[in-house]
Amino acid sequence: MPSRFTRDEVAAIAVLASLELDASEIELFARQLGDILAYADQVRQIDTTGVPPTASVVARLAADRPDEVRPSLDRDDALANAPDGALDAGFFRVPRVIG
Amino acid sequence: MTAEPDDSIAVVATVRDVRDLVRSRARSAVEVCRDALSRIAAVDPHLHAFNTVVADRALARAESIDRDPDRWRDAPLAGVPVALKDNLCTRDVRTTASSRMLESFVPPYDATVVSRLEAAGAVIVGKTNCDEFAMGSSNENSAFGPVHNPWALDRTPGGTSGGSATAVAARLTPVALGSDTGGSIRQPAAMCGVVGLKPTYGRVSRYGLIAHASSLDQIGPLGRTVHDVALTLGVLAGPDPADATSALEPVPDYTAALTGDVRGARIGVPRALVEQGVDAEVSRAVNLALDALKWRGATLVDVDLPHARYAIPVYYLVSTAEASSNLARYDGVRYGFRAGAGRGTANGTHGTAEAVPYEGAPYGAAPCDLKSMYAKTRARGFGPEVKRRIMLGTYVLSAGYYDAYYLKAQQVRTLILRDYEHAFTGTDPVDVIAMPTSPTAAFRIGERAADPLQMYLADVFTVSASLAGLPAISVPCGFTADRLPVGLQLTGRRFDEATLLRVADAYERDTGWSKQLPPILSR
Repeated sequence: MPSRFTRDEVAAIAVLASLELDASEIELFARQLGDILAYADQVRQIDTTGVPPTASVVARLAADRPDEVRPSLDRDDALANAPDGALDAGFFRVPRVIG
Repeated sequence: MTAEPDDSIAVVATVRDVRDLVRSRARSAVEVCRDALSRIAAVDPHLHAFNTVVADRALARAESIDRDPDRWRDAPLAGVPVALKDNLCTRDVRTTASSRMLESFVPPYDATVVSRLEAAGAVIVGKTNCDEFAMGSSNENSAFGPVHNPWALDRTPGGTSGGSATAVAARLTPVALGSDTGGSIRQPAAMCGVVGLKPTYGRVSRYGLIAHASSLDQIGPLGRTVHDVALTLGVLAGPDPADATSALEPVPDYTAALTGDVRGARIGVPRALVEQGVDAEVSRAVNLALDALKWRGATLVDVDLPHARYAIPVYYLVSTAEASSNLARYDGVRYGFRAGAGRGTANGTHGTAEAVPYEGAPYGAAPCDLKSMYAKTRARGFGPEVKRRIMLGTYVLSAGYYDAYYLKAQQVRTLILRDYEHAFTGTDPVDVIAMPTSPTAAFRIGERAADPLQMYLADVFTVSASLAGLPAISVPCGFTADRLPVGLQLTGRRFDEATLLRVADAYERDTGWSKQLPPILSR
């Protein structure tokens, strides 16, 4: 595993994360992510043969609820925080996607 | 620099005192509220514990309590001013998570804990500063500037619930809510000299908490006394249909557990874990606290948590993976900030969009497509630590590295959990496990900011209880020679907050730490 990331590797992760990074951030993260993962490498040395992963510590989920129609968030309330909301039409507007 | 007056209600009163004064009508809720607001106005400019203070809303609420005394006669928090960490949604009150991304976000609903506090008679006075999206250990990652520790203004209050810990320590409110993903209630409580409890995972509903790492996040109270924390937990705890991870376990009367009797209690001490890297003054204070508990009749037992020393790397692999997924929702479409793009007008009531594409953008200022709008929004809306964690989390979840990092970390999480299970239910079981909350007292603002890894190590004793989903409390246990508070952390069995609170309260009875005032409040 890299103890230091290349600029291209960092840029590739940034694309996956939908983050536009500038040159200085790419440089900084190349070093820092390498440092953190080098530290995390000690975890990879532990023998975990046959050990199941823990994704959640919930022992017992709350009971299912009946599938009933109930009031939900009012449309105007839902749109109130939109950076570009079309309140009359009831839409969130985004930059042009097609053609 | 020094606030006055010192004889105000906030300085002398605990949650229980305030509640009793209001219920007996010795003081009105409005008087109590005005006292808290004037204290915030006088002291908070030096501390920056609050992002938002809602004076008018709080006074209106206090007036409504005073108008209807019969309704609130038995309310557990009648007229008690409360501060909320700014990652808890409050209807019609700005909720920022201390991020530019949510700088003008106004939630359309209340978090369940907010509804429960208000149903119990509490008066919400404001939203407290924290690390951005609750990521950090010092409160320095707030987009709105750091919080200053009331015990030493050049030091951090810890994090991420640093504003809430500071508000309680500086007597701005008698109680506050925080959230804890890897120590974010307990560590600032220790560094500010207050009591902070992270309940068992599932004990308190998280509906309306802005998500950081969903398998770890819990909401909990910070107060000056164990009793106040127990009282507040009783209000917060219990199942909630809106949060499928909230637990069905019955909620006991936590204050009834505070008997002062710890005779026969078995307190585990993981000596091997705390041997290294702990400041000598912190060790001394914690050892004296253990002696005090022994003197009260508790038995100290050596326990071994062999995998706890891997908790920091496991935590930063698991939590960043979850965070990278949770924070994918901030895309500049439905709420929050949007970088210059699209129609360039904020048509919503609260949303923020830049009117023109911003200058100096790395890929030019041309009108952008949807994907680059996402990327520019996130680039400008998130601060450096949040970006770092999203990057790390994205990497550990990516094809080719998932098994090596994320899956491996989840397996070691199982081993950490088993260590605790063995300590609590094995051949020589203990009731609670004691260790320092933090290896050092509060550090200076800026001291660790340049080295993220060094900052992560501040959480070395708090993250393992988070990974195991166990309840843990930090209770003040003394001061360093520089008059900086030190915290004792106790970790308990799942859903056994009662034992945890009983032991912490018994210890507190032997000490006067909670009565000490930070220098900013002395004349």
